[in-house]
Amino acid sequence: MTLDLLVFAQAGGQEAVDKFANATSSGIALGAIYALLALGLVLIYKATQVLNFAHGALAALGAFFAAYLATVINFPGRYVTFLPTTVQWILSALVAVLITAVVGLVLERLAIRPMIGEPLFSVVMITIALDIVIRTVTDDLIGTNPRPLGDPWGADVVNIGPAVIAKSEIATVVVTIIALVGLALFFRSRYGVAMRAVAFDQEAAMAQGISAGRIFALAWAIGAGLAATAGIFSSLFPRSSIGVSNTTAFFAFRALPAIVIGGLDSITGAVVGGFIVGLAESYAGAYLTGATFSFLGLGFAGVMPYLVMLVVLLVRPYGLFGTEEIRRV
Amino acid sequence: MRTRPRLYVSYSSEMALLPTWTQKIAALAFLAFLVIVPFGVIPGLGFLSDNDWLKLLSRVAIFAIGALGLHILSGLAGQVSLGQAFFVGIGAYTAAVLGGEVGKSTWGLGLPIWIWLPAAGIVAALVGALIAPTAVRVRGIYLAIVTLGLVFFGEWIFRSTPFITGGAQAGREFPSLQFRFWKEEVPFLDFTTDGSWFGISVTSEAKTYLLLLIFVIMAVIITKNIQRTRTGRAFMAIRDRDIAAEVMGVAEAKNKLIAFALSSGFAGLTGAILGAFVGRLVPEGFSLFMSIQFVAILLIGGIGTVSGALLGSAFVILLPRIVQDFTGFLASVAESGSGFFSWFAGIFVSTGIDDPGIVSTLPGTSPGLNIGQFNLFLYGLLLIGFLIFEPLGLYGIWIRVRNYWKSWPFTY
Repeated sequence: MTLDLLVFAQAGGQEAVDKFANATSSGIALGAIYALLALGLVLIYKATQVLNFAHGALAALGAFFAAYLATVINFPGRYVTFLPTTVQWILSALVAVLITAVVGLVLERLAIRPMIGEPLFSVVMITIALDIVIRTVTDDLIGTNPRPLGDPWGADVVNIGPAVIAKSEIATVVVTIIALVGLALFFRSRYGVAMRAVAFDQEAAMAQGISAGRIFALAWAIGAGLAATAGIFSSLFPRSSIGVSNTTAFFAFRALPAIVIGGLDSITGAVVGGFIVGLAESYAGAYLTGATFSFLGLGFAGVMPYLVMLVVLLVRPYGLFGTEEIRRV
Repeated sequence: MRTRPRLYVSYSSEMALLPTWTQKIAALAFLAFLVIVPFGVIPGLGFLSDNDWLKLLSRVAIFAIGALGLHILSGLAGQVSLGQAFFVGIGAYTAAVLGGEVGKSTWGLGLPIWIWLPAAGIVAALVGALIAPTAVRVRGIYLAIVTLGLVFFGEWIFRSTPFITGGAQAGREFPSLQFRFWKEEVPFLDFTTDGSWFGISVTSEAKTYLLLLIFVIMAVIITKNIQRTRTGRAFMAIRDRDIAAEVMGVAEAKNKLIAFALSSGFAGLTGAILGAFVGRLVPEGFSLFMSIQFVAILLIGGIGTVSGALLGSAFVILLPRIVQDFTGFLASVAESGSGFFSWFAGIFVSTGIDDPGIVSTLPGTSPGLNIGQFNLFLYGLLLIGFLIFEPLGLYGIWIRVRNYWKSWPFTY
């Protein structure tokens, strides 16, 4: 990375350094959102062997709840007016995350639990169907116009060295770090150990007295909560200037390459994959534009994650950190 | 022997397309029914000969071809694919470039249908074969994500090649269903104008429907024949136990490649016909939703069976229309009548700003989902319902009904 910086510094001087620093910082912030989404997906996949295609819809739902709570009914805020507005907004966001977690719990109980152990195709399809249902309802709730989230940061930026960074981007990275530390602590707790046991061997875990069903529910609740967090931050300033809209849900499809790059069943892989995808997309957006790259057409940055994914899959079919499946007859 | 229909005395009779006389007669009767549909002579079902219903039925036929392709890949070879829309797009644009007219900024060679239609299938099949080696390396859920990525790639490619696709949100004209020997002015077979066949006047919609019916029948026969020959058995062996199949000498990579190519070829034909049928398509149409629709067709119809793919196509394509008509009916009941039924309908339908309900018949911001959203909502719920309660789909329901009547009045 330092070498790159040197090369750019020689080629274009300060301008090139600024461009690189900005692309890197926004790539890290984008990567943090992808990492949040990927964490939820991997957690659900590890515990229940279900890849949740409804993740994006849950993210949009969470962002809608946050927008509704913060701007329409000012839910926890109006009872705690003595707190600063930033804290009030964070409380609204937390309540939104909790509500989405409950939605995840309900979805798991109603639609996913009956499908555990069914053929892969059916399990994939049921989460896609859930995505259709939740996304339709969310779209209707949002209405025809996008809803701003009313966050305290708005379009404020700070200068750190050569990079111009939005305050909400810093918040994104901080929240991602908190989520990571929280998950690391969770996996050391009683329920976290139980979840690891279920992910490792369901029957053996059940023989030890662990309720697999409760673990499934827990995984879906945490996954949905993480999705909502990612949804909220993907609706803030640098990602979306207008708030949560009917395109928010599609954001999560770009996190799928992240988990494939990292390996579907690896928490570390999810985080690493998220940042790889975020940086790749950000660099593609910064450097592969203009007249020279006009042959790449519109929105190349959007397919960049899938390109990286294909390259990784060709080298390692189970991702960078994924465990290779042993196939038996 | 003649009274024991399930007793096969030779392999050839067991492998026949229609093994029993009952099936032969039923298939023939159903075919006759489908052929006379556009003439409106069936009592009670005369509305099917309306032009909009015929168009819907034609759409069913078009999607059935693509669904049969996915049936080969997913139902027979067991490979999860969300990439069908990409291949539909490849076929559509191959047809557009070869058969379409030159536009202001779009390419077009204006070649006749007997070139662009097969070419659409062949080009899509070649692209499928090109992608197969990558797809063979990954399995299961990884394959689903890779094929999903294919759809996003496709959307980007179609968006970035306006000289082929007409550009985002603009779209382009597609060739029409007219048969010419070469580029002569008057086609010898024209499915875009009304006319009369053997003294019976037929509308262009009826003509198109009958042509597409022939296409579907051909697709069904091809699929059935693949299914009961060496290739199809190899597919099913790979689906059921891939390593065991390999041990027994079934070449896994080769057969998966064939499955991908066949499936993509069918999808390409679907694209070409869809383009010709609709006339104008925007590149955004070949999206993930289209892929989902094909998978939904298979799962609702019943995965792994040809009849399931056909039933599923009819169900998925006709559902929005039926829902729309039914909602309109409920709204009229809620508006006009009184009593229990009217009250009941009123719960479901919102007819004004202040009227709560699940569906609203008013455009705009009245409470409840609008009719398009309600269709999607119902579509999702139906998929979930089928997957949980009837994993074999409509075909499974039919099997249960048939078995009930087979042993009636006994329970088994």
